[in-house]
Amino acid sequence: MATTVVGAAFLLLLLLPFSISQPISDSHRSAASDLFNKISPSLEDAYEALRVFEILAIEKKPPVTTDTCHTVLENLGSSSSPLKDLFYALKVSGILKCDVDGAVLKKIASRLKATVHDASTLLDIYYSVGSLVLIKDQDSNVDVLLTDADEIFRSIKALSQSDGRWRYSSNNPESSTYAAGLALEALAGVISLASSEIDQSKQVSIVKNDIAKLFDRIEKYDDGAYYFDEKFVSGSEHQDSLSTTSSVVRGVTSFAAVTSGRINLPGDTILGLAKFFLGIGIPGDTKDFFNQVESLSFLESNRISIPLILSLPETVYSLTKKGQLKVKVNTVLGSAAPPLTVKLIRAFSTGAKDSAIIDSKELQYNQNGGFHFLDAFPKNVDVGTYVFVFEIVLHDSDSEKIYVAGGQIHVPIYVTGIIKVGSAEIAVLDSDLGNVETHKTLDLAGNDVVSLSANHLQKLRLSFELESPRGRLFKPHQAFLKLTHETKIEHIFLVGNTGKKFENVFDFLGLVEKLFYLSGRYEIELTVGDAVMENSFSRLLGHVELDLPEAPEKAARPPSPPVDPYSRYGPKAEINHIFRVPEKRPHQKLSLVFLGLILLPFIGFLVGLLRLGVNLKNFPGSTVPATFGFLFHLGLAAVLLLYVLFWLKLDLFTTLKTLGLLGAFTMFVGHRILSHLALTSSKLKSA
Amino acid sequence: MARSSTSTSKDAQDLFRALWSAYSATPTNLKIIDLYVLFAIFTALLQVVYMALVGTFPFNSFLSGVLSCVGTAVLAVCLRIQVNKENKEFKDLAPERAFADFVLCNLVLHLVIMNFLG
Repeated sequence: MATTVVGAAFLLLLLLPFSISQPISDSHRSAASDLFNKISPSLEDAYEALRVFEILAIEKKPPVTTDTCHTVLENLGSSSSPLKDLFYALKVSGILKCDVDGAVLKKIASRLKATVHDASTLLDIYYSVGSLVLIKDQDSNVDVLLTDADEIFRSIKALSQSDGRWRYSSNNPESSTYAAGLALEALAGVISLASSEIDQSKQVSIVKNDIAKLFDRIEKYDDGAYYFDEKFVSGSEHQDSLSTTSSVVRGVTSFAAVTSGRINLPGDTILGLAKFFLGIGIPGDTKDFFNQVESLSFLESNRISIPLILSLPETVYSLTKKGQLKVKVNTVLGSAAPPLTVKLIRAFSTGAKDSAIIDSKELQYNQNGGFHFLDAFPKNVDVGTYVFVFEIVLHDSDSEKIYVAGGQIHVPIYVTGIIKVGSAEIAVLDSDLGNVETHKTLDLAGNDVVSLSANHLQKLRLSFELESPRGRLFKPHQAFLKLTHETKIEHIFLVGNTGKKFENVFDFLGLVEKLFYLSGRYEIELTVGDAVMENSFSRLLGHVELDLPEAPEKAARPPSPPVDPYSRYGPKAEINHIFRVPEKRPHQKLSLVFLGLILLPFIGFLVGLLRLGVNLKNFPGSTVPATFGFLFHLGLAAVLLLYVLFWLKLDLFTTLKTLGLLGAFTMFVGHRILSHLALTSSKLKSA
Repeated sequence: MARSSTSTSKDAQDLFRALWSAYSATPTNLKIIDLYVLFAIFTALLQVVYMALVGTFPFNSFLSGVLSCVGTAVLAVCLRIQVNKENKEFKDLAPERAFADFVLCNLVLHLVIMNFLG
């Protein structure tokens, strides 16, 4: 059920045009420890890791080694290292407190000052000025003050465009929002480095005007998040909206920090920017993570207005647990807010926006927990989804200038409770008269099952009542009845309601076709579920033995049972080779008896021969014909033996070859003996 | 009626006796052939009875067995016709020649039978 609630809440959050951002919390800290765990040779990456850990106040140190300080010193010592490397080396050194010699810094400072004068591109000026500011912070003995700050200010300003954006260099016509952020930061640096007062009243107000123009370009999401997007794509490196917004926030807040007087930006915009950064969640990329956390830290302590974030530890209120609805107000990084009161202006059901269930109630403050809470819900609050409208009222009128809390904040709240399920019964009725044949009362909270039987002329009626904790009608999102036949064929029916009573009548006569005329045992399963119903259930009610008529020929065939998708990867069914079924053989004894019987005619033949007085007197007496006679019989016997062998094992070709030889031999001797006999008999005749 | 039946059976006996006595005059070699024909036919009959009892399953074996017997019998009858001295048609044919034909035909018949036996 918990997943249902979360799923429904998530869905609603997607649909509703407001969202609640949570300030940076411990999950961000642990994510940072996981994310910045690789040692990168680049000083820029090392700085990002160090800065994130510093802002989030993570005890554990990022994986930068002693080599990092070594690399820093190497970069600072070399007179030819690029400006960008110098800049990040100084930044890392500022956090790690590397032991940098004052003389080295002096040398770098003079090199940087010379560069600032000659620099033509915005990036060169940005890195040089930035580095000088860092040197100023790290070693107060080094002279970093710019004597011609006014001129440098102008040269940066010369790159600005009329729409508030900046160009990277004078010969590059493309303007960029990202560059505007860099330029503002550089201008802030120039102001802080100026040896004499810049003609602030004029120059600074022009820049403030530029900032206002730049903020005209800001874009907005439906949930109130504001961000900058870079339209400029043909440049060398395209910046995504996160780094662009981050750059602008860095530039504007640092500019605001060094100038006197307020920069007039609407509080909603600052809050919107905070929402944008918080709305990202926990980025998976180190660069994004750094941009998010650094920008939030700038917003946390900016001089324009500090956003306050209202968040709820949980947006689900259970009527059964009678807990408290807690509301927290923090800054973006999770620090405590100034004294304030949270007011619940209105609360209304999502279904009926006009009728408020709560009107203007002040939340109490828990000093120890640091949260505001609504201790008791009014009696008329029933289960359902509601929208609570909060407003933050600052106690101190001075803090109203510093902080921005936004106007009315809409928060979706889910009020859950236990739904009373009662008067559940299941009955089998006679179709024509409506007489109750079988009637059983069900306890849907229990586990008992019923067993029924019905035929196609009868009806099955299931009914139950749902009542919300306040005794009102409750209509759940899901109320299904599932009939499952023995063959796993399922039929799902929606359970409708009339008033509090949920009822479903199955007229089997009308359903036979849908049930595919399948008689037999059907399992009845009832599912009642809702996001705000704490006792959602899906349980087996029992089974019904259905006796349905035979399917007519034209009836639809029941669908084949669904194939388990995992079975595709399982073993294949064993292949059964179909051989010809051997014919029925007679009993062996019978065959042997007949084998014996076959001998009977032969014995009869022999007996007959004896009775006829057959003898071998005609067999030739002299040697040569006798030999031929013997050989003739031998030849015949050999041929017959060959036939037997042919039957048993020889093939036709071998047989025919051997038969040819034997045949020729037998023919020869046969001819000799028979012609001898013929000669003898003709002699006898003639004699 | 009774008289007539006894007389009929007596007539039949007389008839058989006359047939037998006439047959006794047949030369021995023809009697041997007759005996051989009977032997072959009885063997064929036995096989038919066996087939009727257990079924026709190895049908080619049954066919070859029966046809072997019937073929032999037919060939033997042919031999008898040729050997019989009463048959003027085959007067010029020596019985040895007829026997040689009989042997050759039997060998060819049984080669086929063996091939068909399976």
